[in-house]
Amino acid sequence: MRRFLPALFCLTLLAAPVRADTVMVAVAANFADTAHEVAKAFAARSGHQVILSFGATGQLYTQITQGAPFEVFLAADDKRPKRAVDEGYGVEGSVFTYAIGQLMLYSADEDLIRGKETLVDGDFEKIAIANPEAAPYGEAAVEAMTALGVYDSLKAKIVQGQSIAQTLQFIKSGNAELGFVALGQVIKMQGGSRWMVPQEFYRPIRQDAVLLETGKDNPAATEFIRFLQGDEAGAIIKHYGYAREQQSSSNLDGNVKPL
Amino acid sequence: MGELWSPILLTLELASITTAVLLLVGTPIAWWLAWSEQRWKEIVATIVALPLVLPPTVLGFYLLIALGPNGLGGWFGWLTGARTFAFTFEGLVFGSVIYSLPFVVQPIRNAFEAMGRRPLEVAATLRASPWDRFFSVALPLALPGFLTGAVLGFAHTVGEFGVVLMIGGNIPGETKVLSTAIYDFVETLRWREAHILSALMLVFSFAVILLVSILGRRSPRGDAS
Repeated sequence: MRRFLPALFCLTLLAAPVRADTVMVAVAANFADTAHEVAKAFAARSGHQVILSFGATGQLYTQITQGAPFEVFLAADDKRPKRAVDEGYGVEGSVFTYAIGQLMLYSADEDLIRGKETLVDGDFEKIAIANPEAAPYGEAAVEAMTALGVYDSLKAKIVQGQSIAQTLQFIKSGNAELGFVALGQVIKMQGGSRWMVPQEFYRPIRQDAVLLETGKDNPAATEFIRFLQGDEAGAIIKHYGYAREQQSSSNLDGNVKPL
Repeated sequence: MGELWSPILLTLELASITTAVLLLVGTPIAWWLAWSEQRWKEIVATIVALPLVLPPTVLGFYLLIALGPNGLGGWFGWLTGARTFAFTFEGLVFGSVIYSLPFVVQPIRNAFEAMGRRPLEVAATLRASPWDRFFSVALPLALPGFLTGAVLGFAHTVGEFGVVLMIGGNIPGETKVLSTAIYDFVETLRWREAHILSALMLVFSFAVILLVSILGRRSPRGDAS
């Protein structure tokens, strides 16, 4: 140990010039897998560490208003990031759409989902959605069921997860036969049956990001935002089944300079 | 207002039914733990006490699987036509009974032990039947223990959050209890409603703890002095 300590000390000296900062990012639950990948790529590229916290968008936003130490907020909607700026928690002009989500009807049962007829027939006991008040994918699920004219008949069968992650957990554990989740959550999963809900049945789920005031002076935070707008992150995000907006980096002003 | 009343009434219903079941299930367990000479009874006591230490998420996770189609739901679901007992009021009662069991068993067991064997032996020499001994001797003597257990079991069920969050599914009127309703209100920034329900819980909790300490003073041990 005595010999080891000086060596360790030298190592820290060596590491010091490369400024490795950390950035704390609050991430909507649907984006968890993708965010891990993006964070890994970002760490490899920049040397900065990303600490990810997951939750329902509403829950994360509440925590932000109460002084949570997050520096970047990746929401599942375009309302909360805007609201963050309006209420003084987000940096003016830093809001941009990092992903456009796709709603997916998913079941762990291979034979259950045949398309929208499955919803019309309603031949199941429980259908899981995310809490529509707190999670945009839950709201989209209600919109889709309403548009398909099945909401009233399915209402009694709906169970709510607190986030889209818990919704998927209800389905995976078999407690709900099927449910509405984000394509990004199940794109890597084998088996089960699924139906991609056509875009015409719900308003596009624009997932916006915002730089929070707490991260304004943290280079790791601003760099992470820039990385998220870049093509490398874009490729990962598309790979997970999200759409990207054209020229997503154009609506940024001086706070965060595009690459 | 219905949004506020529905979770309050549901919580009271859940806690009442759970307490009734807990007294029925917990009393024989407490009786056996108090009098048994089996060496491994402490193992059983430990299992009963587990929810004191286990994170509610562990219980919630196991219950989600146990109540689902690969567990109780799959075995007994045909009785009710259901495939899972999660997301049901009955499922919550089941979870709450397990979750609050130590809070009922422990005080009752303590009360039995404090009473000692003597009163039962005396009753036996007077030819009281075992049932008579229980209802006429043990029950009145251990009453403070029963009351403490009932109050604690009730209160602990009212305060339950993690387990409900994991197996409830947040269905209004069925599984959306006080604690998850408060969580929802906070999450959606409806703090007025959250404040009302939270203040109620605060007053309720204060009253419960006060009640338990008053009951504790009137325990048989206290009377004997």
